[in-house]
Amino acid sequence: MGVARYIRDPKDAIQEVIYQSGIRVKPVYGPQDLEEVGFDYQKDLGDPGEYPFTRGIHPLGYRSRAWTTRQYTGFGTPEETNQRFKWMISQGQTGLNVAFDLPTQMGLDSDDPRAEGEVGRVGMAVDSLRDFETAFQGIQLDKIGTGLTINAIATVMLAMYQAVAEKFGFPKERISATPQNDILKEMIGRGAWIFPVEPAVRLVGDCIAYSVKELPQCNPVSICGYHIRESGATPVQEIAYAFQIANAYIQELVNRGLQPDDFVGRFSFNLNVFGNLWEQVAKFRAARKLWARNLRERWGVKEKKNLFLRGLFGGGGSGLTKEQPENNIIRGAFYGLAAALSGAQTTALCSYDEAYTIPTARAALLSLRTLEIIMEEVGLRDTVDPLAGSYFIESLTKQMEERILQEMKRVDDLGGMVQAVATGYIQREVARQAYEFEKGIQSGEIVKVGVNKYTEGETSQEVELHEYDESWAEKQIASLKEVRRQRDNREVTRLLRELESTARAGNNVMPVLVECCRAYATVGEMTGVFREVFGEWQEPSIF
Amino acid sequence: MERKTKVLIAKPGLDGHDRGAKVVALALRDAGMEVVYTGLHQSVEQILRAAMQESVDVIGLSIMSGAHVPICRKLMERLKQEGMEEVEVVVGGVIPKKDIPVLSQMGVKGVYPGGTPFKEIIEGIQRLVAARREA
Repeated sequence: MGVARYIRDPKDAIQEVIYQSGIRVKPVYGPQDLEEVGFDYQKDLGDPGEYPFTRGIHPLGYRSRAWTTRQYTGFGTPEETNQRFKWMISQGQTGLNVAFDLPTQMGLDSDDPRAEGEVGRVGMAVDSLRDFETAFQGIQLDKIGTGLTINAIATVMLAMYQAVAEKFGFPKERISATPQNDILKEMIGRGAWIFPVEPAVRLVGDCIAYSVKELPQCNPVSICGYHIRESGATPVQEIAYAFQIANAYIQELVNRGLQPDDFVGRFSFNLNVFGNLWEQVAKFRAARKLWARNLRERWGVKEKKNLFLRGLFGGGGSGLTKEQPENNIIRGAFYGLAAALSGAQTTALCSYDEAYTIPTARAALLSLRTLEIIMEEVGLRDTVDPLAGSYFIESLTKQMEERILQEMKRVDDLGGMVQAVATGYIQREVARQAYEFEKGIQSGEIVKVGVNKYTEGETSQEVELHEYDESWAEKQIASLKEVRRQRDNREVTRLLRELESTARAGNNVMPVLVECCRAYATVGEMTGVFREVFGEWQEPSIF
Repeated sequence: MERKTKVLIAKPGLDGHDRGAKVVALALRDAGMEVVYTGLHQSVEQILRAAMQESVDVIGLSIMSGAHVPICRKLMERLKQEGMEEVEVVVGGVIPKKDIPVLSQMGVKGVYPGGTPFKEIIEGIQRLVAARREA
């Protein structure tokens, strides 16, 4: 787990412990520490299931229901995706997760020169409705929930999902999709952005506003502190930035005249379990409380169930090493423990081989078994929020809370998250933290077993890159060309013009996108219209 | 006084994982070099133009997508065509060991897989530039 800094004396006794969030940990905690931070049970914790939900959003926690596990897997072609989906459903899985290749994430057709060498590499290539028809053939879209890992063009993929469902006879009111749809974190961390910040946030808003009105079972946004943390942010920054991103999206919808109570219950978060065990537990407990407070105090949200911090707390990949890779199995178990002690409702673990290859089925299964052992054998379901009341944990939770609030205030002072990302402030902060972390590893102040300590007899795994099969791209491009030949091209042109005028007028693009998808307009064509109208983002210089 | 070593850190292709690129950029800057970062999603042509405009000594490519061999081949060819052979090229990212000789043969002067100590990268670049200036 270790990411804290340990300052030692020559005899290896620990002189100082400094967490990534900057908190210095004392050797011993007692009742006076709770007094010092003004700890108050009702105000700071409340019972499980009660405001401010520090102890969890359900009164009985894992007693009433164990966590949901959602392992992430990757696939190549729409046909393979379809087979994998059917297999997973036959195994009892109730949720699917679609990984898209990079050209699709960037809104490029498979025959675009910029897509060369990338078609089908890290996920499924999607050019038109035809690919969704293949991928979702024979699947009960009214019973299965589908996660769509797509951001810059989440509008296009959600429209396409509705189009395919309706084509197969499922009414749009019954389908349940979760597009990731979090563009601000792409600009901070994952890099699959296209348009400048303001129109990009407007598209996020279109997706949410349309879902509120037309797709009652869809969760139109999943805010990812996870990737911000993977990019180097501290646990405090992870939560502060994720909440400020959420606030930026809420503001966008409030500006359109929507009431927060009508949509915030459909927001979910994807957060990272990587780091010092105690810091992680305190982070999640503080986060549940701060999210509820943020919604109630900043946005006037009244409905109790709308105040819940929902989402996936998943074991982060950046903790895993390609040196002595079996150690990652043990690390995964401790990340799972941290998630359970934090009261995660949904969880997943990166597989032990992920540091050097795309996970094998065996490694993915081992991750799942690890999580099952935690729930079934170790005793994590016995009682809710078992660390509550600990002098140390409660003191730490309060300190994390204060630091998250300070970091949120910094973003507010800069004019909010849209501004803070547009100017590069957040990117600079995150890069600086990543650099500090790396320096800590290289100096040995941060210990990584098998990497900078206990490296004897080291077995470092050579990284394995998946062989890239050119025939996938050829097949995909042939199918795309056939679609372009067979469809009514005049109708497509007319609809793309309508899309352009809708985007220029600043109206919600979703309804006309659904029509474009039905007419087999391609992802590249629809995104091309947005590129024309909105332009492309120029990253601010951060050095 | 001798001119500062100038390095272009570049991210070719569609992949958006730039933690490594940014961290190395900061380490080189702390070592006294002048660093320019291209940002994401760059084509080889864009990288070439940036290297030309900024008259850099070294181009450092950060590649995690597995496409390091074709990208390097293209960049080395274009540098030659433009008569920019004096610009040294190094590569970091996800690079299997078996590909290192392939890259060296093309004229790539340093390969730094993820986890390489900063010291090794900094000294490697300093040596390259010193040798070039003496020549």
